Amino acid sequence: MYETRYAAVVIGASAGGTRALQQIFPCLPASFPLPIVIVQHLHPLQDGLALIHCKDTTAIKVKDADEKEALLPGAAYFAPPNYHLLIEADHTLSLSIDPKVNYSRPSIDVLFESAANVYGPRLVAILLTGANNDGAQGLAFIKKKGGLTIVQDPQSAEFAVMPASALQVTQPDLLLHLDEIGPWLAALGTKE
Amino acid sequence: MQPGEIEKIELELFLEAIYQRYGYDFRNYARASVHRRAQHILANSGHQHLSELIPLLLHDEVFALQAIYDFSITVTEMFRDPNFYQAVRQTVVPYLHTYPFIKIWVAGCATGEEVYSLAILLKEEGLYDRTTIYATDFNETALKKAAEGIYPLKDVQQYTSNYQKSGKTGSLSTYYHAEYNSAIIDASLKANITFAHHNLVTDSVFSEVQVVFCRNVLIYFDRSLQDKVLTTLANSLSRGGFLCLGTKESLEFSTVYDQFKPADLEERIYQKRTG
Repeated sequence: MYETRYAAVVIGASAGGTRALQQIFPCLPASFPLPIVIVQHLHPLQDGLALIHCKDTTAIKVKDADEKEALLPGAAYFAPPNYHLLIEADHTLSLSIDPKVNYSRPSIDVLFESAANVYGPRLVAILLTGANNDGAQGLAFIKKKGGLTIVQDPQSAEFAVMPASALQVTQPDLLLHLDEIGPWLAALGTKE
Repeated sequence: MQPGEIEKIELELFLEAIYQRYGYDFRNYARASVHRRAQHILANSGHQHLSELIPLLLHDEVFALQAIYDFSITVTEMFRDPNFYQAVRQTVVPYLHTYPFIKIWVAGCATGEEVYSLAILLKEEGLYDRTTIYATDFNETALKKAAEGIYPLKDVQQYTSNYQKSGKTGSLSTYYHAEYNSAIIDASLKANITFAHHNLVTDSVFSEVQVVFCRNVLIYFDRSLQDKVLTTLANSLSRGGFLCLGTKESLEFSTVYDQFKPADLEERIYQKRTG
C-alpha cells in the first residue's frame, strides 16, 4: 500500500460533466487510495445518469451518497439529486435540504467548503466543465485552506463557464486538459 | 491551536448560548450544515468571529430569534419525490380506509409544502374529511408561512410537474388560486390541519396517530438525536401505523428498528408491528 499526503478528492461538475467523468473514471485503479466525493449537477430528466455511466467504466466502487456513510478509499460517492452533500469532521457524509446555493442543490460550493473545513491541506479538489459559476468560491476556499486545486482547462471543457469562473476568483495549483486529469489522479500516491 | 479548532470552540459556545438562553437545542445537529449556517449568519452580521454574536444572542432578543429561525430554515417542494406519494397511495391509503377517524402527524413541517401535498392526496383518496393533520415545527417563522399557505408562483411549475408524476391525473390548479405572483392554497385544504409549535428535540409525544410524516428532518441530526426522535415518533404511532421518512433516511441503524417492518423500503415507508 502506498502513502499519499492527501486524504480525499472532491470533484465538481455541471453541464458536460457526465462525459468528462466518463473520461476520468476509467483511469482509476481499484486500489485508488482515497475516497472521491462528487457533486454533478444533473438535468432533472437525467437523474442518476452520471452515476450509472461512471459505474460501468471504472474499477472503483461508485454509489449514491447516503447520510452518515463513512468514506472509504477507492470509492466514489455522488450527491443524490435535490440534496446538498457535506463532509463531517469524522469523515462521514451528511445531506441537507437547505436553500439552493448558486441556484443549485446539490451545490459544489457547499461540498467544497465543508471538505476544506475537514481536510484542509489534505484535500484534492477538481472543478470540471459547466455552464454556471458554482464551485468557484468553494475552490478558492479550498486553496485558502491549503488544499490542492485543479481546474479543467476551459479550452478542453465542453462548457467553459464554470472552470473560467473559478479562474477569475482563484489561481489553481494545476490547470489540466481533460485528458490529463484521469492519469494525474491515478498517479496520486503511486510515486511519492 | 489551529484557526479551525478555535472556530470549533466558537461554534460550540454559539450553540450553547442559543440552548441556554432560548431552549432551542442544536447541539446534536450534524455539524457540517450547522457550521455552514452559522457562517452564513456571521457573514450577514458584519462581524468577523462567531463568538462576537454571543452577546447579541444573549441580550438582543430580536436578533437572536431572527438568527435562530434563519438558522433552521429548510426548503422543500410540494410532492417532492413523486414516487413517494405514489407509494403512499398504494401502501398507506388502503390501511387508512379501514379507520373511521384518522390522525396524521407531519413532524417538522417547515413551510408546509408537504402538508398540503398530503392534504391533496387525502382529498383525492376520499379520506380528508375524516382526517386531522397535526403539522408541527419549532420554527415559528416557518410555521406561520405553513399556516398561510402562500407560495411563489414561480415554484408552482415544479410542483405541478411533481404532482403529475405522483399518481393522479387531476390538476394541481384545482387546489390553489393565483394572485399577483403567489399561489394561495385553497382554504378547504386547511380545514382539517392544525398547525402547532412542537420541538422534536426537546418535546415529547402529544397524540396517538396512524401515520407520521417526518421527511428530511433526521438528516440534520447526529445518530444519538436521530434515535431519540425516532423513539418519540415510534411511540406516537398506533400499532400497524406508518412511519414515512425521507428517501435518504433509514431506520436501519436505529434502536426502534425492531418495532417496524418495511412497507415500501425504496420509499422509506415503515409499518409499526402489531405484536
